[in-house]
Amino acid sequence: MIQPILKIENLHTHFFTEKGEVPAVDGVDLYINPGEVLGVVGESGCGKSVTSLSVLKLVPSPPGRIVDGRIVFKGTDIVPLKEKEMRKIRGNAVSMIFQEPMTSLNPLFTVGQQIIETVRLHRGLSKKEAREHAVEMLRKVGIPRPEAIIDEYPHQLSGGMRQRVMIAMSISCSPELLIADEPTTALDVTIQAQILDLIRRLNEEQGTAVMMITHDLGVVAEMCHRVAVMYAGKVVEEGSVHDIFKNPLHPYTQGLIASVPRMDETRERLYSIPGNVPILSKNMQGCRFAPRCSRVMDICRQSLPDLTLQENRHSCRCWLHDGSQEDAV
Amino acid sequence: MSEHLLEVKGLKKYYPINKGFLNKTQGYVKAVDDISFAVRRGETFGLVGESGCGKSTTGRSLLRLIEPTAGEIIFEGQDIRKLSVEELRKRRRDMQIVFQDPFSSLDPRNTVERILEEPMIVHGVGDAKERKAAVQRLADVVGLSKAHLQRFPHQFSGGQRQRIGIARALALQPKLIVADEPVSALDVSIQSQVINLMQDLQREFGLTYIFIAHDLSVVKHICDRVAVMYLGRIVEITDKDKLYSHPQHPYTQALLSAVPEPDPDLRKERIILQGEVPSPANAPVGCAFGTRCPYVMDICRNTRPQLAETEAGHLTACYLYDREAKTQLV
Repeated sequence: MIQPILKIENLHTHFFTEKGEVPAVDGVDLYINPGEVLGVVGESGCGKSVTSLSVLKLVPSPPGRIVDGRIVFKGTDIVPLKEKEMRKIRGNAVSMIFQEPMTSLNPLFTVGQQIIETVRLHRGLSKKEAREHAVEMLRKVGIPRPEAIIDEYPHQLSGGMRQRVMIAMSISCSPELLIADEPTTALDVTIQAQILDLIRRLNEEQGTAVMMITHDLGVVAEMCHRVAVMYAGKVVEEGSVHDIFKNPLHPYTQGLIASVPRMDETRERLYSIPGNVPILSKNMQGCRFAPRCSRVMDICRQSLPDLTLQENRHSCRCWLHDGSQEDAV
Repeated sequence: MSEHLLEVKGLKKYYPINKGFLNKTQGYVKAVDDISFAVRRGETFGLVGESGCGKSTTGRSLLRLIEPTAGEIIFEGQDIRKLSVEELRKRRRDMQIVFQDPFSSLDPRNTVERILEEPMIVHGVGDAKERKAAVQRLADVVGLSKAHLQRFPHQFSGGQRQRIGIARALALQPKLIVADEPVSALDVSIQSQVINLMQDLQREFGLTYIFIAHDLSVVKHICDRVAVMYLGRIVEITDKDKLYSHPQHPYTQALLSAVPEPDPDLRKERIILQGEVPSPANAPVGCAFGTRCPYVMDICRNTRPQLAETEAGHLTACYLYDREAKTQLV
């Protein structure tokens, strides 16, 4: 039995706002095995980004706070860790790439200074070694003329280049887990293809586990081994990429897949899920998706189904697939 | 009545680069560099390309929201560029635009009712009572309820705001709607609602759309014909089916192959382009795509290929399909 590199158990990250407590992440369970690419998909506000930020304890506090749950990274629960100890993990064993490379790089420092800072801090390299290492990293992510680019500032680079720099920085300490939060959303398709190719190579050649947060089902199908679908702060379905796309069980996953226009087939009309994503609050009852679900039953409005295991390590949070319920009926 | 609602000939938009103490013009950013196309009545014409290719500048130039540098924009036989301000304002009744960002394109201080009524007031349509009734109908058509009319834009979700944007564009019963990335800011499940709505409205009101987008799967779904832009130029125009099954221009081929598809069993032969788009201030002399093209020839570097018919209804700007250029090589 392989030990997962990261295991998230019953994670609750809530935001305490003037309008009350918002359960952005409302009891999420996830795991990532070593060398695996896990996709976390969902629409805006489903809690996928907050989940990833929670793993590095980067949720802005206040207003956010991890109120419950465990985040076990290689056997250690990181939720109770102090800031000082977290800093040893961040950028070292676990690192992150963000959606907007312009805002996540420091505009006042050269690209090189930012990478060098990371490796000197975590690896204790000398200045010269660190610089050589930084050039090496930039070359690895396919930046042309790395010896020159290393002395440039982020604003001198294009979006695709900045994202490469972010990736170079995040892999500079050979992390065991890379969290990529919408890494290609701000990029054009041809540049996206380059960046996805780069992340895939990292995963295949170095065995880096990747947690890929995205709303793009195409990216998920292309990159991930396993997928977790989130809706309104909860995981509603989880399984292998093949099962999720070929045999989706949850009505939300089914609707999501049917909503996407495809290049390889022509459809007269797109399927669309009626209504909007619910506003999160503490006193929600029943299945979060019930108001938009085409197969809603009475029980769905009253009580929340559990994430139950189906065949082939495929699990789903829906009364339609809840064994205990079938017995009751 | 001509088959074409809109004809664009040699459209250019150059932005001067001014530098130095005397603010002298040092060069031009060629955002749109000599493009021509025609849009048929009732069709959805797609303009696709990556950021900076000039697709949005083109869309806005068509309505003269941006003043083009050169070219003709013939809408129903009349050159829009020759109109005076007053004439243009009247003509805009027939040409409306839907913007990408539903958050910044609606006046936050006005109620939805006022937002939808304003175009009618400006163009002097009906009296107050008739306009009220028209607003109700518009709201109805795009799926907003009566209660929504008294609310302000910030009280709506992205998808609903885009519905308001579409309703506003419809308010004057236009013939042409330029939709500039209307669904890019929306979530997948909301995106499909808006696409379906746009298709229903097109059928109901006989609208012609110019659909500007970077998402090739959405374009495939909604468009009849598609023009692919690269660095301010059109590199290929053809029917949707031809474009997606037999793309001719190497850029179109690369672009289509780069789209990740939501099917884990599909393993596409991906063409991963090297390098990045050159700056439009310093575009290559020859073919704009020459710096990244896997099939680049000498001629591509020196002379710019013209958009020409390579087979019936298929226009491509590439020397690979130009027999004369090829024979010269041999």
